[in-house]
Formats: sequence, structure tokens, C-alpha cells
Amino acid sequence: MRIAPDKVMGLEEAVTRFVPDGAHLSIGGFTCNRNPMAAVYEIIRQRKRGFHLYAHSNGQGVDELVGAGCVARIEIAYAGTGRFAPTCIRFRKAVESGGIQFEDYSNYQMTLRFLAGAMGVPFLPTRSGLGTDILARWGFSEAMRAADPRLPKKKLVVLENPFGDWAETERVVLVPAIRPDVTLLHVQKAAPDGTCRIAGLAFADVEQARAARHVVVTCEELVGPEDLRDEPERNQIPGVVVDAVVHVPYGAYPTACYRHYDYDPVFLSDYRTAATDEGRWAEYLERWVFALRDQTARIAAVGPERLSAIQADPRTGYATGLKR
Amino acid sequence: MEYTRRELMTLAAARKIRDGEIVFCGTGISMLAAMAAKHIYAPNSVIIFETGAVDSRLEEIPLAVGDPRVMYGASSCTGLADAFALMQNPTTGRHVVGILGAAQIDRFGNLNSTAIGEYLHPKVRFSGSGGACDVASFVDRTILFMQHERRKFVKRVDYLTSPGWLDGADGRRRAGLPGGGPEAVITDLAVMAFDPESREMFLEAWYPGGSPQEVLAHMEFSVEVSRARELEPPSPRELKILREIVDPQRLILG
Repeated sequence: MRIAPDKVMGLEEAVTRFVPDGAHLSIGGFTCNRNPMAAVYEIIRQRKRGFHLYAHSNGQGVDELVGAGCVARIEIAYAGTGRFAPTCIRFRKAVESGGIQFEDYSNYQMTLRFLAGAMGVPFLPTRSGLGTDILARWGFSEAMRAADPRLPKKKLVVLENPFGDWAETERVVLVPAIRPDVTLLHVQKAAPDGTCRIAGLAFADVEQARAARHVVVTCEELVGPEDLRDEPERNQIPGVVVDAVVHVPYGAYPTACYRHYDYDPVFLSDYRTAATDEGRWAEYLERWVFALRDQTARIAAVGPERLSAIQADPRTGYATGLKR
Repeated sequence: MEYTRRELMTLAAARKIRDGEIVFCGTGISMLAAMAAKHIYAPNSVIIFETGAVDSRLEEIPLAVGDPRVMYGASSCTGLADAFALMQNPTTGRHVVGILGAAQIDRFGNLNSTAIGEYLHPKVRFSGSGGACDVASFVDRTILFMQHERRKFVKRVDYLTSPGWLDGADGRRRAGLPGGGPEAVITDLAVMAFDPESREMFLEAWYPGGSPQEVLAHMEFSVEVSRARELEPPSPRELKILREIVDPQRLILG
């Protein structure tokens, strides 16, 4: 949250200012769509460490943050990027090798947890998860929770319906609120004061932004201060909740950005190959993150041929007929 | 006409979708089944995705539920909060059939898509629930996809990610879950169903050329086979639509 007419800055500065080591972090997007990838790469480039990451199905960005060693703990519903990685490879390796502490939820539970944070209530109820191990098995122990004021004392709590059988519901699962230190989003359009206009599915971006103490937005188009004011009903995030606005064309690449470009199946397939092997993974990070100074260098390295293949068709919003 | 097992799997699931139903689909073969149903048997079915797309037209097959292709021609596109509320809300939720996959299943249709081995120190880690636990908790009818392997049809799932009939009979009601539960498991060898009283899995049909013995040989637990028959092979029309309209690039059919 920050009130100022102009929050435009560079990506390096935004990450330096708002994403400290050890931050409780969430990123926007879903699997292979609209992940704030340029911000993720800048975080990796700055060699940030010790994050506590909150994810529903945030996909590619989560896997790269985990793979680069930036994440100490993760609360997550789903780690996959569709056909490209039914289970995110670096996430899987980190869990299987004990390199990360983790706890599992469902997508709706995580969405409601962000919503609770956004609303300023300690929890919200749902009927999801009764009878499952998501309820029964904790990833973070009671002792760990007791020692850390940033963790709720319990994972999930079952409550008998205090209104009797109202709404034909016997009991509900209470999910604890999440208040990230910072949420990172990539959107199609933003104004200097942080007003955001997302095209197409918003996933849980709006709840994640409103739940966070700080929000960093990268955008395909940085528009003038008045440009999003004519039709405010088309804007999902008001400027007041946003701290930094960064103009980053192709800021979601290699994931998709509806009405701008598709996901890049070539990059994501190469990523899968690289992620599977430790040597190739180190080479990947060197070549695609550390060796590139910034997003401009990164997009130049991808090259016009790949970018041209994934340009969105104005009729569909994705690259119709793309070889996948 | 020649066909692959994957094609028959898709059609076996699609045949179970009724006209006028809301079809929740996840990633992969469940999308094929939903699209095939809409083009062949259930033209008025409505496809929804947990990402928030409702009544998608799906001109091209999405490779993930977050794929921008799920937005094409949709009635509305919002986000996760709305999509799950539509399923949790009994007015709309009672009309939803969910199609789900997993890594392990038990005789009551409980699913594991989280981990093999001990949860905190797993031998193999999978993606986790995503929206599967939510859908399995909320909706009246689910159709499950599974490769027919002994290590997948297990006596006890290593981690119960998504509720089936829990411990059978009225287990779901006792746990406080609304609605019904799994109706069928579609595998590459057979179609399994669940007894209306005990909620235990039984063999409904085996694939042409197979046998009940072959099905049982690929399971860690035994199921009743007395009600079983041979499954009808795909018709030329079913195959034509599946191959020419649903997945002409064979992105998921393989």
C-alpha cells in the first residue's frame, strides 16, 4: 500500500526495495499463464534467499524460484505447468531431497486464505477438504508454528456449524488468512499510480494483491495517468494497494499474457530438459538469468523468431495454430 | 476400425456425461473427454475451469487449465474464487460433474495426487491437489481417470488428497461432505463403478479383447466382477469427431 501519483521505477530498484531476503512472498498468474517472470528472474539475479512462498497453482515462477534456491518454505496447492511439467521438476527435487519445508492446501483453500487476508479477518470457512489428509497432515509442526509469529498456530480447523443445520451444513473447514509481505504481479495495463487493468482471467491476482503489505506490478503497457479512468469498472486493482509500477514488455515470458503473447512451448520444453539434470540446470541459470543484465537483454536473447511465433491472434487472444 | 486405448478411455468417460451438465475438467485427458462429450453426446453441456472460465468454446485443446485457450468464446472469465464458489454453491454445484485424475486410488475412490511414501519425506512427490480436493468435496458426481496398474490401484492411498467415498457406505455424510461422490473410474483396461450401498468399487466393463482376469491382475485389491460386460468399442463417428475436431494435432491423444 502506498499513496502517490507516480510509482514508476526500474525492476532492479523495485525488487531491491520491496523484496528483502526472508520475505513472505506470493506471485500472480496460474501454471503457464501470466506469471511475473521478469520479476522472478530479477529476484534470482539478485540472489535473494530464505523466502516463505505462498502459492495456489502459480507454476513456472514458483518452480524457478525454488530451483534457484531462493525459497526456504512453501505453502502450496499445486506445482505443475500442464503438459510441460505435470509436476514441476525443481519443486519435486527440492521436496524429495529435503531441501525445502512445505505444506499442502487446495486451490480454493489458498484463494480463500488470500481473500481472508484481503478482508482483514483471521479465517474463512469452506466445505473443501473434510475427511482428507490435507486436513489431517501438517507440513509445519506445532513446535515450528509456536516459535514463529508469522505462522498460524494451526493448519486447518474443523468447526461444527454454529448456526445449527443452517444452509444444510454440518461442519466447515476454517482456513487461516495469509498476509504476504509482498505480492508480485504481471498485468496487461497499469497507470503510474498503480491502477491495474487485467485482460481475461484474473486467477487469484486480485485477492493476492489486496492481501499483501506491498505490491509490485510489472506491466506490458504503461499508460498515462488518466487513461484507465474513463472505464474504471474494467480495472481490478486500485492504485492505492500498489507500491511500485514497472514497465516490462514480455514480463510474463515464457508464460502467456492473454491478448499479447502465448506461452513459448519451445522454451518450456527446453526448461524441462534443463531442470531434470543438475549440471544442465546450473547452465540454464547461468545462461538465462545471471548472464543477462536485464529484461531487454533477455528478450534479445530469446530472439525475434520465437517472439513472432507466439504473438497473440487478435481474434483469440493466443497464438492460434501455434506448434505445441 | 482401429483405435488406441487412449481413444477408448476418452470416449468411455465422454459417454458418461449427460446433456445439460456442467463439466469441470482438469488438465490432460479429462479435457479431451469433456470436449468429446460436447461434440458427440451432450451438445448442451457447459465446460468450466477452476481458473474462472465458464462455458468455454475450446477451439484448440488447452495444455493446462491456465492455458489462455480456456478463455475462447467463454460466457464469463473471472477467477478462482468465483469458479469454486459455483461448485460449492448447491444451486449450481448439484449440476456439476467433475473429471479428475490421480496417481493412486483405493477401492472407495479416494485419490492421491500428492506423494508416494511418507508425506514429509516422499519417495515420489506429485503436483498436489490443485482444485481436485475442492471439486471432489463439492460436486455430486465425479469421473476418475487412472492408468490401470497394480501400484496405482492400492489397498490404501499413501496420502488422501481428494475424497472419494472415504470409508464407504455413508462415510461422506459422516465426514460432513455434501452431495455424492465418484461414479466411475476409467482406465486403459476397464471401466469401474461403485456399489450404490457399500460404495465399493466393482468392474462395470472390460475393454474389447481383454478380460476380467486381466483387469484384476493389475490391481492390489480385488473387486467384484459378476456385473461386468465387454465395453462397446468406439463407433466410426465417435473416432472421427475425436480425431478431426477434438484433438487433430494429437497433443493429448498422443
